[in-house]
Amino acid sequence: MKLVKSRLFWPAMALVTLLVVNIVVNPNFARITMRDGQLYGAMVDILRQSAPLMLVALGMTLVIATRGIDLSVGAIMAVSGAVALTIIDGSGDPDNVGTVAIAIGVAVLVSLVLGVWNGFLVSVLGIQPIIATLVLMLAGRGVALLITGGFITTVNSDPLSYIASGYLTLLPFAFFISVAVIAVIALLERRTALGMLTEAVGINPEASRLAGVRSRGIVWGAYIASGVLAGVAGIIYASNIKAADANAAGYLIELYAILAVVLGGTSLMGGKFSIAGTVIGVLTVQTLDSTILFFGVPSAQSPVFFAVVVIIVVLVQSPRVHAWGRKVGAMFRSSKETPRDGTPPGGATATSAPVATKPEHKEVSA
Amino acid sequence: MNEARPLVEIAGATVRFGAFAALDSVDFRMFPGEVHSLMGENGAGKSTLIKALTGALALDEGTLVLDGKTRHFTRPRDAQDAGISTVYQEVDLLDNLSVAENVLLGREPRRWGLIDTTAMRAEAARVLSDLGLDIDPASRLGSHPLAVQQLVAIARATSADVKVLVLDEPTSSLDLDEVAELFRVIRDLKERGVAILFVSHFLDQVYEMSDRITVLRDGALVGEYLTTQLLRIDLVKKMLGREVAEIAPRERVVEPEVPVEAVLSARGLTRAPGMVEADVDLAEGEVLGVAGLLGSGRTELARLLTGVDKPQAGIIRIDDTEERLDSPRRAMQLGVVYSSENRRTEGIIGGLSIQDNIILALQAQQGTWRRIRGEAARELATSWIEALGIKPADPDAPARTLSGGNQQKVLLARLLALSPRVLVLDEPTRGIDVGAKVEVQKLVGEMADNGLSVVFISAELEEVLRVGDRVAVVREGRVAETLASESLNPDTLMALVAQPDLPEA
Amino acid sequence: MTAQTLEAPKTSSPGAIKQFAARHASVLPTLAAIVILVIVLIGAQVEFGNFLTARNMSALLLDNAYLMVLAVGMTFVIVTGGIDLSVGSVMAFTGILGSSMLASGTPVWIVIPAMLGGGAAIGTLIGVLVQYFNVQPFIASLAGLFLGRGLAYVVSLSSVRVENEGILWLQTTRFYLGDWYITPTGIIALLVVAIGAITMAWTRFGRTVYAIGGSEQSARLMGLSVARTKVAVYVISGLCGGLAGLLLTAYSGAGYPRNGIGTELDVIACVVIGGTLLTGGRGYVLGSMIGVFVFGTIKTIISFMGAEQSWTHIIVGALLLLFIVVQRAIVARSDRNT
Repeated sequence: MKLVKSRLFWPAMALVTLLVVNIVVNPNFARITMRDGQLYGAMVDILRQSAPLMLVALGMTLVIATRGIDLSVGAIMAVSGAVALTIIDGSGDPDNVGTVAIAIGVAVLVSLVLGVWNGFLVSVLGIQPIIATLVLMLAGRGVALLITGGFITTVNSDPLSYIASGYLTLLPFAFFISVAVIAVIALLERRTALGMLTEAVGINPEASRLAGVRSRGIVWGAYIASGVLAGVAGIIYASNIKAADANAAGYLIELYAILAVVLGGTSLMGGKFSIAGTVIGVLTVQTLDSTILFFGVPSAQSPVFFAVVVIIVVLVQSPRVHAWGRKVGAMFRSSKETPRDGTPPGGATATSAPVATKPEHKEVSA
Repeated sequence: MNEARPLVEIAGATVRFGAFAALDSVDFRMFPGEVHSLMGENGAGKSTLIKALTGALALDEGTLVLDGKTRHFTRPRDAQDAGISTVYQEVDLLDNLSVAENVLLGREPRRWGLIDTTAMRAEAARVLSDLGLDIDPASRLGSHPLAVQQLVAIARATSADVKVLVLDEPTSSLDLDEVAELFRVIRDLKERGVAILFVSHFLDQVYEMSDRITVLRDGALVGEYLTTQLLRIDLVKKMLGREVAEIAPRERVVEPEVPVEAVLSARGLTRAPGMVEADVDLAEGEVLGVAGLLGSGRTELARLLTGVDKPQAGIIRIDDTEERLDSPRRAMQLGVVYSSENRRTEGIIGGLSIQDNIILALQAQQGTWRRIRGEAARELATSWIEALGIKPADPDAPARTLSGGNQQKVLLARLLALSPRVLVLDEPTRGIDVGAKVEVQKLVGEMADNGLSVVFISAELEEVLRVGDRVAVVREGRVAETLASESLNPDTLMALVAQPDLPEA
Repeated sequence: MTAQTLEAPKTSSPGAIKQFAARHASVLPTLAAIVILVIVLIGAQVEFGNFLTARNMSALLLDNAYLMVLAVGMTFVIVTGGIDLSVGSVMAFTGILGSSMLASGTPVWIVIPAMLGGGAAIGTLIGVLVQYFNVQPFIASLAGLFLGRGLAYVVSLSSVRVENEGILWLQTTRFYLGDWYITPTGIIALLVVAIGAITMAWTRFGRTVYAIGGSEQSARLMGLSVARTKVAVYVISGLCGGLAGLLLTAYSGAGYPRNGIGTELDVIACVVIGGTLLTGGRGYVLGSMIGVFVFGTIKTIISFMGAEQSWTHIIVGALLLLFIVVQRAIVARSDRNT
């Protein structure tokens, strides 16, 4: 029973169900082959392809925990990719590891500045997060297009390609990036007070202020983290397609990231968040995407399925549906219990039934 | 006065929230053409009764008869249609729309299906001038001061066929001239036969305006009185009630009148209109009780002393050094800590565990990066849970599941974990059961004996006297006087809280 | 109006200014947008010498007709304090839906209602989620965005040409007045603006929209029909999305499932630049029209300069930021006043 009550139970169940459906329909889904000491297969692909979404969703989790939202992650991905690839493209030696490292360093630094900017608007100027990050969402892609000169900058660089497509011993390198980021965030959460203070600020900003918590720094930090992670995600994306595409990079990723966070059990109202939940949420979204493709649906049409998933998730979380659920449950219980009780309907015990609501009272007029 | 038949008659009104009865079989009546004051402290059931009258809450038991007819209001609209209008303390109009729209929206004049703006403005101007008000109906409501907005709200309430007008704390943010204008309008409406329910915590205004007073306490009716036959001191007595002394007064460890070396001393603390020129001195190991009615400025004083609100004027010295307490965080660094009267909204972080709630302030002081490690945090939490007797004694239970008394203890633990020098407690015993109340009082005594200075605010005068070495009386936004507890008894203190120059009852 | 209320302002001219401020302070952001528009237009004329021509200005309306229709719907939503992210993909969906129906020989009098109905249906879904299931407008309209975009691809994965004369007539017909001209699409856009403006200003529904944006709680206490109105604004926005799909299809002579990617952001930017407060309660349909003209003019100037079109979004983003910060300051000031 304790397992069922765990907040991760239902998100994990959703993922497992999805995987099982895939395996039942197509046993090949579960097959993993070993070639040259490297693992291949549909599930390995999911791990590899999920890396950009993983990073963005982890940053989004921190932002949402502070009661915020970051719409600009897709645009930051585009900027980051554009910066990195323009530097590599402009250098004489795109295969030089040093060049690539510098390019990535600069791109991540730019993303950090963009995160600082978002955080400034939200935590210092006090602008609503949706609105504050909308500015960069709108202008960011324009900036990325300017950097690439309006073209899709393509680059042939082995060190760059390695990031998204290469293998580190058994598994894809991109997967190790995800793991490293998850580890760093989990470690920060465990080893510092960041997790607790973030939750405190997200749950009750005023009480946190009265308890002496520096909420401004915490909120600001969340946006910076989100910016940096989006920047790294942008580089993985660019590495994957070997190009900086300012329009396509990170398109709609903010929405998928929010979906993954919510699927992982973190409420959009802020407060309690779960890194493990978000990891599960990301894998669920990625698996769902693969599943849709696998069933022969063109990938362009997959948003319909995601729309349905979003609607189901918000309905499940909605208070009205909860009330219906309770009512149905109560009716079910009371219809089973009343006869066994032996008392006539409307008797003394009726008042204790949760379904007895106020409008049913009959007033005795004097 | 028309004593013939009440316009409103509520009998046996009961409203429950779970097991807790916010209103317990209360009878209440109003006559046409009278101003009727509803009095009571926090949690007395005033707002519940108002909500039942105005349809915002349905009665669980009891009847409401208006104008001879039994009514069941299930939503505010029902009450409005029946002729009961309400003007709340927070003006509930739309400051982005025009005055005329605020008066008439919902029944605005129309021509060819469109709102006839000219006719609407003329009609609004007529309603306003009926009340003797000169307000441009085309102006945006938000461009007017709060007092004018309040009058517009009354104009809206009376533009329909109003029988009962409920005014909930209408004067709390008005200055004297504005209050006079409001009273003129109220008298006007009274002349027209409207029954007015007046809720205010300013006793002067209650005595100036009302014909009749109903007093509630702890959700129950204390009684209904004619204003002319109820002395102020008796009114306050009825509002505050009496409690049997549960523990003996603690032994005084300091000479009460002479705070030789003040740990904390404030001069001229001002943040209008809540608190003006407050002087406070606090000696080491002293408990300063603060007595005052709701809205007297007692909470404002606490917030000014602890950096929660920034004063407009005045200085605070700690150990004779002038300090700027510009945030709760800064105040905490200086050893001055505050527990709010609103435990749920400004105290407890409901979603976090008891342990996290206890270590929160200490952690915030240590900084984000230096986490209080697992075992240390656990040890800290369990030792406080044990010391204060917090139940359940499970450090991992979410704080929102605790009872009020235990939440208060968690808050105390959070603050005490900082090893503070000055502890400011705003109504720490409000809404908690008697046993827990006594425990909190005892704790305060023990802490003071250990050298901690405490400011103890409470609406219960006996409690203030029992716990406090000295008592500061707060009245109408001022610290009126500070006296040794020994020189007071509940009756004399009550007289001071109610009105200074009142003859002894 | 009674003599009594007219007397006070007559006495002194500062009183008149004060009265103007008291009555019309919320017009100021829209006036600012007009000033910006005039400056941009004059600046462009000085720079290029041939910018302020009848042909150019007529094209401004023609090129941005669909944006204007979307902006009207968005204004309703934003004034209630909500947001609708779905408009771009609703426009794409209805556009491709209409084109495909026409290509399969469906008569135009069925196609157009189907397009409008498709938009309204997605709007209804969003509205119901927001009002009855307490879903944040942002998330609910996000589901609408996914749905619209996905459905657009379900209808067709590639662009579908339109050869129906009735639809093309909307775009190709030009009514001339001197060198000025206007197309039926332009007339439709202006009609939508007019209807929207009148609805917002002089109907109880319109005033309820403002009331909800001012304070939903107060609007409810005043007995206004909050629930119905809140659903209706999303239906209106969806309807405008459908109509914009029609206009864009006529404009481009084809339906294309990739149309309108990111258009929701352009529309929100236009509405905000036109003086509507993103927190709700204040704003004008006519202001949104000005916002669209500012947006369109910047786009035209950039193509005149031969610069990257991406500058459009950067400049519009900067304008958006400017307006948001100014609005924030205004709100902070009026908070202090009360």
